[in-house]
Amino acid sequence: MAKQLYSKSNMIWAVLVIFIFSLVQVLISMGVINSYYESTIFTICINMILAVSLNLIVGICGQFSLGHAGFMAIGAYCAGIVTRMIPNYGGMILGILIGFAISSIAALIVSIPTLRLRGDYLAIVTLGFSEIIRICIQNMKITNGAAGLTGIPKLTTWPILFVALVVSIIVVTNFIHSVPGRAALAINDDEIAAEAMGVNTTKYKVMAFVVGAILASLAGSLFANYFYVLNPNQFTFNKSIDILVIVVFGGMGSISASVLSAIVIGILNMYLQQFTDIRMIIYGAALVLMMIFRPQGILGNWEFSIERLLKKRAAKKEAA
Amino acid sequence: MSQFLQQLVNGLSLGSIYALVALGYTMVYGIIKLINFAHGDIYMIGAYTAFFVTTYMGMSFLPALLVCMIVCGILGVLIERVAYKPLRKAPRITALITAIGVSYVIEYSTQLFMGTSVKTFPKLLPDTSWVLGPIKITYIQMVIFTVTVVLMVLLTFIIQKTKVGRAMRAVSADENAAKLMGISVDNTISMTFLIGSALAGAAGMLVGLYYNAASPLMGMVPGLKAFVAAVFGGIGSIPGALVGGLFIGIAETMVVAYGSSLYRDAIVYAILILVLIIKPTGLFGKNEREKV
Repeated sequence: MAKQLYSKSNMIWAVLVIFIFSLVQVLISMGVINSYYESTIFTICINMILAVSLNLIVGICGQFSLGHAGFMAIGAYCAGIVTRMIPNYGGMILGILIGFAISSIAALIVSIPTLRLRGDYLAIVTLGFSEIIRICIQNMKITNGAAGLTGIPKLTTWPILFVALVVSIIVVTNFIHSVPGRAALAINDDEIAAEAMGVNTTKYKVMAFVVGAILASLAGSLFANYFYVLNPNQFTFNKSIDILVIVVFGGMGSISASVLSAIVIGILNMYLQQFTDIRMIIYGAALVLMMIFRPQGILGNWEFSIERLLKKRAAKKEAA
Repeated sequence: MSQFLQQLVNGLSLGSIYALVALGYTMVYGIIKLINFAHGDIYMIGAYTAFFVTTYMGMSFLPALLVCMIVCGILGVLIERVAYKPLRKAPRITALITAIGVSYVIEYSTQLFMGTSVKTFPKLLPDTSWVLGPIKITYIQMVIFTVTVVLMVLLTFIIQKTKVGRAMRAVSADENAAKLMGISVDNTISMTFLIGSALAGAAGMLVGLYYNAASPLMGMVPGLKAFVAAVFGGIGSIPGALVGGLFIGIAETMVVAYGSSLYRDAIVYAILILVLIIKPTGLFGKNEREKV
């Protein structure tokens, strides 16, 4: 077990992760990355968490969810409300935990009855559910209704965000390689065959759904504590679509694809900011063209793996 | 009681509009199993076309309605040919994202060319209204009922009695078998889009006149609600779309009248979730067994 944990590929991953972390940290402290670029990077990282968690539901488990923004909203508002009362890291952790609790309960409520539905129906129910969450937020006192919350303390720093991102990716990749993950993949390939093989399909679908919802809520909490302000209109159906687009654009079922595509779309969005009039037209047209000419996304279901690279090199050496 | 009856009339007129839009959803879903997210935007284009021809060309009600239906019908076929046809064999999620992309393009192109401001219509219909005991029916409500009923009868006739309608039913039952029988599947699907979009165009014009407003994003929420109506009635079923549309319209109006207008949209989604949990095939849907 320990040997597996300290394997060569895991070590390379660790070095890579620490390198990326320190690079951005140094650049931020040196002022090379100004606040504008910083907010772009933070948005990209939050989108990565959202995309990876949605990929677990849509790409790995094959359950078509159009309601990811709802779970993000739960996390955002929990963190926002709690940290406004307790403006320190204790408050932030408490807010995140409350977000986990509420979003997993919400995910259970929506998933247990509806995951028996297939395909498009599930998409519409999740859409409806996330709209209900948004409308409730819009009408509650504690969330300050349509005006939203302001003055949320800015507690999300680069180290916190990065750790959350890495943990989310590890959770999802480990989920994929565990028994429930294998079951989820089987469900994605052929639900009836999986059921015939004795896989409890509803159980594993609910599991993937809840894990995805919890991670979305984490992303929401980080979002709230970085951008000071929250209002219900940030979490409409369009937000869910944006997340789904990142997943599909990258390639369904591949975690590295979601990470890459969050970066590409984040940078594209930054450049398109200057063309506000036609930004959404280009975005829409790009979606249509992409789906017609490369429906499997940029990477398809190809996964970046250091272990495979090492094996390839070893094989080459042996041949030589 | 009189207030209840009055709200029922208001709900029915709103529901008629939902029903017209829901028909397009149900027909398209029945034939190519695609949730056509751009359908709500075709409805918006209907309202804008009506605004354009009545304001700048001075058309009266009936010719304007015809123009709206033709423009929207053609737009629907164009969308189908350009965006959906290449994806007919693709997985559902691909087609759905394409539909969302098309919807963005239509919404924001309209916004680019027409601006974000709400457009109002010239006076096309008289302000008269009829009082029937405790209830009042306005002229526009009467027009909405009449147009909806006429279009429904026409649609039922097309689907049940004509060759095109028979082809549509055949393709939706089994595409490959229909092909073997010599039916042109492509043309039939285009025809479905033509008819469905024309109905949405009519609904767009009616809603534009009813609320005296047209804006680029007006199609999004009603589009979703019409879809809910289609699911409620049983997707693929024409009478289902009618009943579903009327039900959603009435439910929404009643929530506004007796509950809180803030929860107006939530109630529609709650109905949807309940329907899908209790009877996923909807009111008139057929239960299809999945075969291995």
